[in-house]
Amino acid sequence: MQRNGAAFWRMVSERSAAFAFVACLALVAFSALLLVAGKNPFSAYVDTLLYVFGNGYGFSELLVRMTPLVFTAVAAALPARIGLINVGGEGQLYMGAWLATAGELALQNHSAIVLLPALTVLGFVGGGLWALLPAILRVLRLVNETISTLLLNYIAPLIVSYFIFGPWRSPESSSYPESPAFVDAARLPSLFHSRVHAGLLYALVCLGLYWLVLNRTHFGLEMRAIGGNPEAAQRLGVGVRRYTLVVMFIAGGVAGLAGMAEVSAIQGRLVAELSPGYGYAGFLVAWLAGTAAGGILAMSFLFAVLGSIGDMLQITQNLPYAVINILMAGILFIVLARRPIGRTAS
Amino acid sequence: MNGALLLGVVASSVMSGTSLLYATIGEILGERAGVVNLGLEGIMLIGAATGFAATALTGDAYLGVAAAALAGTAVNLLFAYLVVGRHANQLATGLTLMFFGLGLSALIGRPFVGTLIAGLPRVHPFGLGSMANPTLSYDILVYLAVPTALLVWWLLFRTTWGLGLRAVGESPVAAVAAGLHPGRIQYQALGLAGLLGGVAGAHLSLAVTMTWAEGMTGGRGFIAVALVIFARWNPLWAIVGALLFGGAESLQLQLQAAGADVSPFIMNMVPYLLTLAVLVAWGWRRQGAAPAALGRNFVGVE
Repeated sequence: MQRNGAAFWRMVSERSAAFAFVACLALVAFSALLLVAGKNPFSAYVDTLLYVFGNGYGFSELLVRMTPLVFTAVAAALPARIGLINVGGEGQLYMGAWLATAGELALQNHSAIVLLPALTVLGFVGGGLWALLPAILRVLRLVNETISTLLLNYIAPLIVSYFIFGPWRSPESSSYPESPAFVDAARLPSLFHSRVHAGLLYALVCLGLYWLVLNRTHFGLEMRAIGGNPEAAQRLGVGVRRYTLVVMFIAGGVAGLAGMAEVSAIQGRLVAELSPGYGYAGFLVAWLAGTAAGGILAMSFLFAVLGSIGDMLQITQNLPYAVINILMAGILFIVLARRPIGRTAS
Repeated sequence: MNGALLLGVVASSVMSGTSLLYATIGEILGERAGVVNLGLEGIMLIGAATGFAATALTGDAYLGVAAAALAGTAVNLLFAYLVVGRHANQLATGLTLMFFGLGLSALIGRPFVGTLIAGLPRVHPFGLGSMANPTLSYDILVYLAVPTALLVWWLLFRTTWGLGLRAVGESPVAAVAAGLHPGRIQYQALGLAGLLGGVAGAHLSLAVTMTWAEGMTGGRGFIAVALVIFARWNPLWAIVGALLFGGAESLQLQLQAAGADVSPFIMNMVPYLLTLAVLVAWGWRRQGAAPAALGRNFVGVE
């Protein structure tokens, strides 16, 4: 990459220009749809731009929104490299948050030096184990991981709800059940005196490691071999099954970290509505990025901006937040239609 | 379990199974032609929202069903254009379609949140109106569900069109050699699948809940995709699967209504756990049943 830096940057700028064109096309179509529905999207766009780039707070909120997307995108991208489809980021996020909360409840008398690493590990393990189940079913050739990860997404939030409506219900919460507030030592520190938190650093480290492992290690080399041709890799002595289990566990763990960061830094307690679909959005981010590390960073940022537009539509145009999914899907549809035949990213 | 409870379970399992059956039959048609559609959830949502909106506006639930069928077909043809016409990745396109449906249905349904409708009228097809037990009278879509499954089975396994469709799902190259047009057949299969998916969604909003709520399908589209595997791509087995899952769902609702001392969250897991359990149990034997070219894009012969 260093050897032909100029070519690399030319490729980046060409791709960015092509993508900007696609995004504009989708934006125009989305605006037309909202106009037909009798709404005014343009004021929402302007409001979003003023809010997001007008002051430090708005921009910091963008980083907050982007953090879980980086985690869940890596959780989808890593298995995609060996030909596995992990659509279970949502459930893995919830289970990471769940196990981290269990850890907080058990260890809350300890200091932050013990608590934060313990919660981090537990968040990772919670998500990892939730992803290991579909991996085992896949290795045993029982159930395809696409459908099992999807179904598990619906079960994990119910487990969380069971605990916060039952055993973990805080006596202080009346109408809106939640777990007791985390002790201060269990809260991930914030950065720059804003809601941006150390979870962003975790996410960037995960993304960096993702790139490093794939491009600079033997493990990554064998992963790419499996992704290229699993049968050939198997014949060459690569343990495809072992990779399936390990990679899915790590991927689930990364999604679990998103959940851990959400309860430890943002919410400060376990709540039922932990994620507005971060797991699914992360999958789309990974796909749009073609599973490239730099692309994941850029697309997470873009999705964070889109999320802000969704907020504005909700506040100023009285529309449901979910409407922004039309714009996200529109961008993807155009990308899917334009991607040359025979080239698939996942 | 007493008699009234049992009757309630049977009546409501037929109600909740109907929507699953339409959705599953539609997905079977698409998959038999070699295309997996993970966006069924989105199609059902669009059907539910469009059907509800049309019913609320016109006051006629049958027009609502027609609008839902039309919307489902149109959106699924967009999916067909991407995966057949543009050779886009089926799984990624399907998931994107799910998001699209979530957003579009939220936009369509927004003005109708909290609107009350009369819903699909209950009919008594055999002139038993006065005699029939009121818990066991259903709307027209319920009565048509099993005949639809039989019709699709007949189309798939007893007509030339069905033979061609299955050939495309097994080997598009062989289908071309036999003088068929795989792309055209896949468009037809996916159009029909969208129609059935739209009707499935409409039955939920027009007959089961009789309200519109964002994301109201709650994963039923994905359960239907799993049911296709359970049914081994056969519409007749889909009837059994839909009844089984409708039964699980309604048993849970009836137990809750009867005040059983089990957490509602645990009971709400049952349909998803049951789906997984069925897939695991079926796993060993399912290898040979799937259409051979399922999920692969056909890009033409050399």
